[in-house]
Amino acid sequence: MTLQKFAVTFALGSVVLLTAGATSLTAQSHVNPPDPLLGTPSVTSETSHIDGLTGNAEGGKMLYVRFCIGCHGPDGNGQGMNAQWIDPQPRDFTEATFKCRSTPTGTLPTDDDLYNAITRGFVTTNMPPWRPLSPQQRADLVAFIKTWSPRWAKEKPGTPLNIPPETPVTIESILHGRELYQKLECWKCHGPEGHADGPSAATLTDSKGNPIKPFNFSTGDRFMCGDTNRDLYRIFMTGLDGSPMPSFADVIQPNDAWDLVHFLRTLQVALPNQELTLWQSYKAAHGKDLKPIGPDSAGGAQ
Amino acid sequence: MSMKFREGTNPMSMNRSRWKTILTSVFLLIAIAVCDVRAASALPSGKVIAIPAFARKYGLPCSACHTAWPELNNFGQVFRDNGYQLMNDRDSPIWQNPSYFPISFRITPSWHRESTNNQQVDAVPGNGLGDGIGSYTQAGFDLSGMDLWSAGTLYKNISFVLLPSSDPTAVWHFESAFIRFDNLHGSSWLNIKFGRFELDNLISEKRFLFLSNNGGLYQIYHFNVPGDSNNFGYGDNQIGVELAGHSANSYTRYSVSFLSSNEGGVNFTTDVVPNAPPANRSYDVNLAFSQAFNAPGPPGESGFGQERVGAFAYIGQRPTYYQTEDGVPLVGLGNKPFFRIGFAGDLSYKNLELMPLFMYGHDNPYLGTVLPSTAPLPTGAQAPTFYGGFLEAHYYFNPQNVALARFEQINVGQQSFNNVSAGASGSNGNITAFSFGYRWYPIMFSRAGVALDAEYSRVRTIGQEPLSGDGDGTVGVPNAAVWSSSIYFGIDFDF
Repeated sequence: MTLQKFAVTFALGSVVLLTAGATSLTAQSHVNPPDPLLGTPSVTSETSHIDGLTGNAEGGKMLYVRFCIGCHGPDGNGQGMNAQWIDPQPRDFTEATFKCRSTPTGTLPTDDDLYNAITRGFVTTNMPPWRPLSPQQRADLVAFIKTWSPRWAKEKPGTPLNIPPETPVTIESILHGRELYQKLECWKCHGPEGHADGPSAATLTDSKGNPIKPFNFSTGDRFMCGDTNRDLYRIFMTGLDGSPMPSFADVIQPNDAWDLVHFLRTLQVALPNQELTLWQSYKAAHGKDLKPIGPDSAGGAQ
Repeated sequence: MSMKFREGTNPMSMNRSRWKTILTSVFLLIAIAVCDVRAASALPSGKVIAIPAFARKYGLPCSACHTAWPELNNFGQVFRDNGYQLMNDRDSPIWQNPSYFPISFRITPSWHRESTNNQQVDAVPGNGLGDGIGSYTQAGFDLSGMDLWSAGTLYKNISFVLLPSSDPTAVWHFESAFIRFDNLHGSSWLNIKFGRFELDNLISEKRFLFLSNNGGLYQIYHFNVPGDSNNFGYGDNQIGVELAGHSANSYTRYSVSFLSSNEGGVNFTTDVVPNAPPANRSYDVNLAFSQAFNAPGPPGESGFGQERVGAFAYIGQRPTYYQTEDGVPLVGLGNKPFFRIGFAGDLSYKNLELMPLFMYGHDNPYLGTVLPSTAPLPTGAQAPTFYGGFLEAHYYFNPQNVALARFEQINVGQQSFNNVSAGASGSNGNITAFSFGYRWYPIMFSRAGVALDAEYSRVRTIGQEPLSGDGDGTVGVPNAAVWSSSIYFGIDFDF
């Protein structure tokens, strides 16, 4: 084959193959809406600030296309092509409602909250930990996520919750936490033993009307928003916005909240912890004196 | 381009060869321009019904784990290092729909043209004498082999890979088959793999982006000094056990492999196909280590990306003679050692990825001279050595469009005999290769992917047939250069 022949063949082949594909995509664009990620000018202005890093939305855009679009969708509304098979459903960024925050219920999260969520992932969902991305990439994604809702331009994030030092783990603290678990009716969703089998568990829906399950303390060793006692404290003091889990910040005092944390740890029978050890030895000696948690213990569970 | 390259005995003039390259590049660019790259640069949007097998499990697009499929990015590397687990609740097999089976198919219909010169052919085509020297050229539509890839978790922290693979005529073998015990004692630093697998190469040949005959292999991963009896190829899957570990984000990685000295062969042979030569009874070791870091960019910018550097060493043995029965070899004996050492990198500068690799190879003189270790070495026998490497570049216009280029050079450092006969060349076996191409991924769903692949590759081998297998098997003019080129268009799809 001469030089000219194969050059022409190569060129024609490239043109035929690549144009066929492009035509196919163009035809598809008549059916589907145009991709909003292209030519959206406003995305370039948003930034995020995490420690010493400044995230840029422009840098986050292509990362979003690469990593996030399959679930969260080209419109950021949680309706990516895989969303229909995912339970719980991916976050709808257009609502700017986030479960894991350090800020009061109803407020926007901080950049750190979003960064930590991306880094940690959500263990009980399809959202993986994105620690393999560099800190800068995660910061860029935070900035881009903030472009999906006008709330970010109009509102400031809430003031992060001040978490006091943890109180000592004692049997009195656990017993008081158990009373609170009964009194605050946590058992109605999470169940008397934390098995996520309370009477309301089957009826729960999130803010979009999708069925949602309460956390099962007996099998889970990590929480959606972290795995430390401080994370657990923060979860029920800020609530998980968009889910039936309310904020208890206006209901219980900080010391009481730590007592509740200590009791909740005793429900995590699959995870060795000091609260569980203490509780098991107490139960061995005084178990028969404990009132069961549930509707018949309206006067207190102890 | 080196002087050596210019002085090659290519019957085409250098100028003409250069023009070929330039013209091909121009035509490729025109082809790309004709397509609406802007339209092609975003993933297909809307409620596209994709093949849901992976989506049901993780719901991630191809691009989450691959820089350009099938090459892994760091997220994919972490996923793989964790035993195909994302480390959330969805890893457990109990989350899988009972009808879900983690399997995928990969095959590539293609058109390609292969041409190799300096071949022994009929002086008058059809005379059947093989009395001339000329080019051997083939062109037409073709199929690649097929991979039937299955991988996943058997239980939390127990993962597996099973990869039956066929050649284009559907002759099958087990390319990979292993079970892996992950995160032993809760530590990502302790993972044990058992079976047949790819060596822990920083630059994987199994996951690279070239498909053509001449471009579709790293020459140095399969190189041995001409005449050497060593059959080792660093790019070939081996069989044994591997201890590996990594940091949480896989920035730091290590592996130590203990392998049978049989080139990944099964049934105590040296290959994975029937009637392969028998294996010996010794073991090889492979060591690999790499470290990644993030390169900061100028103030206000998002950094250059992740940079990874690493080193490797393979220490092995091969038999020099066989125990026989009636002349039929039974088991390899008289093992003699060899080693391969080198370093590699995977470097990023924003959308540009550069992958350099250098390797040095050294074999025992008995392997080079193909003599039994019980015999004395002849005068002039010496340890065959070689050195070389490649530099591969990828430019990502976006996750769906990537331009590729690679240059590779291998030199024989020392032939098996220092008293080469008159007319023989100390550079016999040297290889110079370059390839470039373009891949466009119009479909990148969580389970299915389609890539259009165009490549041009050209290899010069001194006095030897090209490693691609192109050519008719007999070099026309000994010690002269053999040029082999591939032009390739393929539609690479994975389901």
